[in-house]
Formats: sequence, C-alpha cells, structure tokens
Amino acid sequence: MKFLRNILDKVKPNFEKGGKYEKLHPAYDAFETFAFVPNHTTPAKGSQIRDGVDLKRMMVTVIIAMLPCLLFGMWNVGYQHHLATGKAADMMSQLLIGAWVIIPVVIVSYSVGLGIEFYFAIRKGHSVNEGYLVSGMLIPLILPPTIPLWQVALCTALAVVVAKEVFGGTGMNILNVAMTARAILYFAYPVSMAGSSVWAYLGNEKAVEGYSGATALGIVAEGSANLTKAGESFQGQGVAILAKADDWSKTTLFSDWNMFMGWIPGSIGETSTLMCLIGAVILVATGVGSWKIIVSAFAGTYLMALLMNGLAMNAFMGLPAHYHIVMGGVAFGIVFMATDPVTAAHTETGKWIYGFLIGVLTVLIRVFNPAYPEGIMLAVLLMNVFAPLIDFYVIDANKQRRKNRSKKYVTA
Amino acid sequence: MESLINIFVKSIFIDNMIFATFLGMCSYLAVSKNVKTAMGLGIAVVFVLGVTVPLNFLVNEYFLKPGSLAWLGKDFEKVDLNFLQFIVFISVIAAVVQLTEMVVEKFSPALYGALGIFLPLIAVNCSILGAALFMVGRPYTLAEATVYGLGSGVGWLLAIVALAGIREKLKYSNVPGPLKGLGITFILVGLMSLGFLSFMGFKL
Repeated sequence: MKFLRNILDKVKPNFEKGGKYEKLHPAYDAFETFAFVPNHTTPAKGSQIRDGVDLKRMMVTVIIAMLPCLLFGMWNVGYQHHLATGKAADMMSQLLIGAWVIIPVVIVSYSVGLGIEFYFAIRKGHSVNEGYLVSGMLIPLILPPTIPLWQVALCTALAVVVAKEVFGGTGMNILNVAMTARAILYFAYPVSMAGSSVWAYLGNEKAVEGYSGATALGIVAEGSANLTKAGESFQGQGVAILAKADDWSKTTLFSDWNMFMGWIPGSIGETSTLMCLIGAVILVATGVGSWKIIVSAFAGTYLMALLMNGLAMNAFMGLPAHYHIVMGGVAFGIVFMATDPVTAAHTETGKWIYGFLIGVLTVLIRVFNPAYPEGIMLAVLLMNVFAPLIDFYVIDANKQRRKNRSKKYVTA
Repeated sequence: MESLINIFVKSIFIDNMIFATFLGMCSYLAVSKNVKTAMGLGIAVVFVLGVTVPLNFLVNEYFLKPGSLAWLGKDFEKVDLNFLQFIVFISVIAAVVQLTEMVVEKFSPALYGALGIFLPLIAVNCSILGAALFMVGRPYTLAEATVYGLGSGVGWLLAIVALAGIREKLKYSNVPGPLKGLGITFILVGLMSLGFLSFMGFKL
C-alpha cells in the first residue's frame, strides 16, 4: 500500500489546479478514492462510533455477494460445454473453460462502462461514482455464455448513457442499468439472447446427438404452446414436458433439485438458486439489500405460481409452484436486481408492495406471454417504472393519517 | 363476461394508449409534472373516454354505418353517411368535454386551475378520437365498447401517474442542461415503454 501511496502522491501535482492534467482530476481522484478512502478509523480514546461504510464499500459488498454466482457460473459454463459435447472432464478444466469464456465478457463490460463513467465525470467535472462497479459485474452474469463481445460493449454503452448518465449518474437513474442493458440486447438482437442454441458454449466442437440446449423455461414455453388439448387437465404437464426434453444429456437434467443447484443451461450467473440465496444472505446480513423486497418478491412469485397452478389452464400453469422459483433467473433477479436501492421503492411499506408485485408479474408474464419465456427482466423494469408512484402514495397515506390524527386532538 | 374482462385488461396493459399506440402524447408530456394534477387529468380522460366511446358507438350504429338509417324507413336503407365520421365523432367528443369542464369547474376549482388549457384540449386529445376509431374498426357490442373506452382511459391514467411519479423524483436528479425538461421526459417515456413491453404478446 505504501508503494501505491507514493506513486499517487508523486503524480498528484499534475492533477491539481494548474497542473498539466488538471482536467483529468476526476480520473485521478477515482483511483485515489478507490484505494485509500475511507481512511479514518475510530480513535483509541473517546466514544464516537464511526462506521466506515461508504458507497464504495456498499458496492464491494454486493460484488462479494455476487462472487458465488460468478464462480458457480464459470464452472457451470464448462460443465454445460462438456455435457453438450458429450465428454467427461474434471472440475478444474471445466472451471478453466468457463473462465476462458466469461472473463473477456467481464473485461469488456467493465472497460466500456467505466470508460464512459470516466468520460462523463471528466466532462462534467464531478468525481467518478462507484455505481458502475456493480452494474459491470451484473451485466455479464445475466447474459448467455455465447454472447458476442461487441454486443456486450454495445448494450453496456447504451444502457450506461441512456439509463444512467442522462439522469445525472449513479443514484439518479430510474431503471436498473444492468436490466436495461439486457432488455436492449434482448429486443435488438433476439437471436443471440434467446432460443436454444445460445445457452451452452460449444467452441469448435460438435454437440451430441439430439442436443437441444434450451433452458427449462424455453422448453416449457414451447411445449406449452404446442400442447393445447382442450378439456384435459394440464396439472403436471409442465414437469412431463421437462422430463422429455433432456434425453440428449443422458441425465435427468431438469429435476427440481438440479434446477435449485443450478447445473442446467442458462445465462452465466443466474442458473443456481442456491448461490443466489447465499448472495441474499450476504446482502441481508450486511444490510445492503432489503430483506423486505427479497421476502415479498419470493412470496409473490410463490403465491402467484400456486394460484396459477390451481387454475392450470395451460401446461405452463400446470407447473408446481416451487418450480417457478428455481427455474430461470427469478432468484438472481430478485436478489440482485430488485433490491437495487436506487431503483426500488424507498419507503418501507412501498418495498413490500414493490417486491410482491415483481413476483406476481414475473409469473404472469411467464405463463401468459408466449413471446417471453422469462418474466423477471421485464417485471423488474416495469416495477422500476412504478416504484416512485408507490412511494408517492405511501408517503401521501402517511401524511393523511397524521393529519387525521392531529385533527382528532384539535377537536377533542 | 369473460370477454369484457379480457377487453378491459387488454386495453389497459397490452394496447396501452401511450406505450403501444403513442396516442395522446401532448397532454401526457405537458401535465405530468406532479402526481395530483396528473391524477386529475387522468380521471377526466377516463370519464371522457368512458362516455364518448359508447356514445360514438351508438352514433355510428344508428346514423353513420352504411345501411344504419334503415330504422327511418325504406327510403333510407341505402344511405351511407360514413364520410361524416370524423366530424361527428369530434363534435360528440367536444360536447362531452365541455360538460366535463363545467363539472370540474363546479366541483374542483383548484384542479380546474391546475389543468388550465389542457382540460378543453382533451377534446383534441388524439387518444380520445383514436379510441373511437379503433372501436369502429373492431366488432364490439355496446357493452364491449364501453369497457374498451374505460380500459383505454385507465391505461392512460396509469401511464400518466407513473410518469408524474418519476418526474417528481427526477427533481433530485442532475440532468445535463440541454436535456432538462422535455428532452429527459422523452427519454424517460422511451425507457418506460421498455418496461411496458412485458405485456406485448400477452395471450388472454
């Protein structure tokens, strides 16, 4: 650390007022802050309690919470690769293949996003915000492993500028930046974001006989659209569709346990519900993520899925309720996207409503909208849109309540 | 009954006046600065749509459609007044808006002042005429047309209060100078319609 401090101190005059690179001061400031702020500690004597938490530490906490997902995603990319090509391999080589695929995506996401952040900070003369540290890690985790790097760069650039910088940067955005990036790619380049050929990295090798790399949600959505026999009960049909679709892997790929553990095809970091829950525990324990949103969103998903399962009007609705929680990205979306403190509802009552509606909408989009097998992305974006309104009415109701209370005392 | 619920839900979310057809944008952008006023205008639009769509439905059914004047006698069976459609629809809408204006002025002068010119301008709000014309193009009954009108209005209301909520929050944002005001609102509406894309393609 001393070494780094020395270097920073040495070049500091260049970036001060009147220095050679005066205009680049925000960039220098960002590096210095990143390494050395906050540097105050509690004094040995005295009773002041000081918590060193700042925006940077919060962001780093979220990244730590994401690490299980990232590492598992790396391994899973390699695992899916070997499953699809029908070869046996040990864990280390699977991890290496995953790293080979994922690390470039992470690098592109960070360099493009941070580049834009630095540019805007220098241009506008404020300090560089740490907000992108999280978005830059989230974006790779919600993309399929076969995503072309230029598309990563494109969606990152668009999302950072349009969804964040035009509103004034970190903490001012309305929509979740990472989800916006994914939505932009999803609607602009559906071929590389959906379907059955994008979820496993094949490299130059050929897939096994009968290989269909569709995600669990994709399989059920497609099977459900083809299965429209009237007058028959659809109860349990969804599970049957799933069971039929994994012959190529010579395992029962899509059992609920496998989907909970996450060794199924899907976006890089979202397949494992278990890893997302570990992340949730870290977020809740450190107080960074709101447990109210997480609990209410899972409850919303489960209750709505239960209701849909009771109605069972198509095969997708016939899926058992707990399948909806372990399938697809719902756990990842709830834990890391819905809890984004900037775009979520800010009031405590609002958080319950906001989370619950995300869960409900996710299931509704899944079962009623054959165009999108996965619902969490658009559910989070839609609730981001309505979060300020929820807050407004929660605050309004509170004002009304207090007004009425004071009136009672005045008249009495 | 089921088809009525379908039409209601569809016209609110899937064929949302703002995010699916981009109608009624002028007052949508202009009166969405705070939630209270937006709510007032939204309710006025719901009312006007809920009244004018069935009214125009009746007018179309008994006066304008080819052969619709048959109830006057045999001589009128072949009369086709369809070319009057726009004018008649707009007059009906203008009359209803006048009525709404008077009601609002009587019962909520504060809202009347806040809405200002945009209240009479509901008459030329494209979503109102748009709903009437969409209604003509679809095989609706009177009940369905009423529900469709109300649903379109509620969809518009939902869109404008959501935007107003965001714009109230936006006061604390640090929007770059050139984008302040309408510029950022346009970007915002674009992003909001990204969220509303979740309903596109819903099968009910």
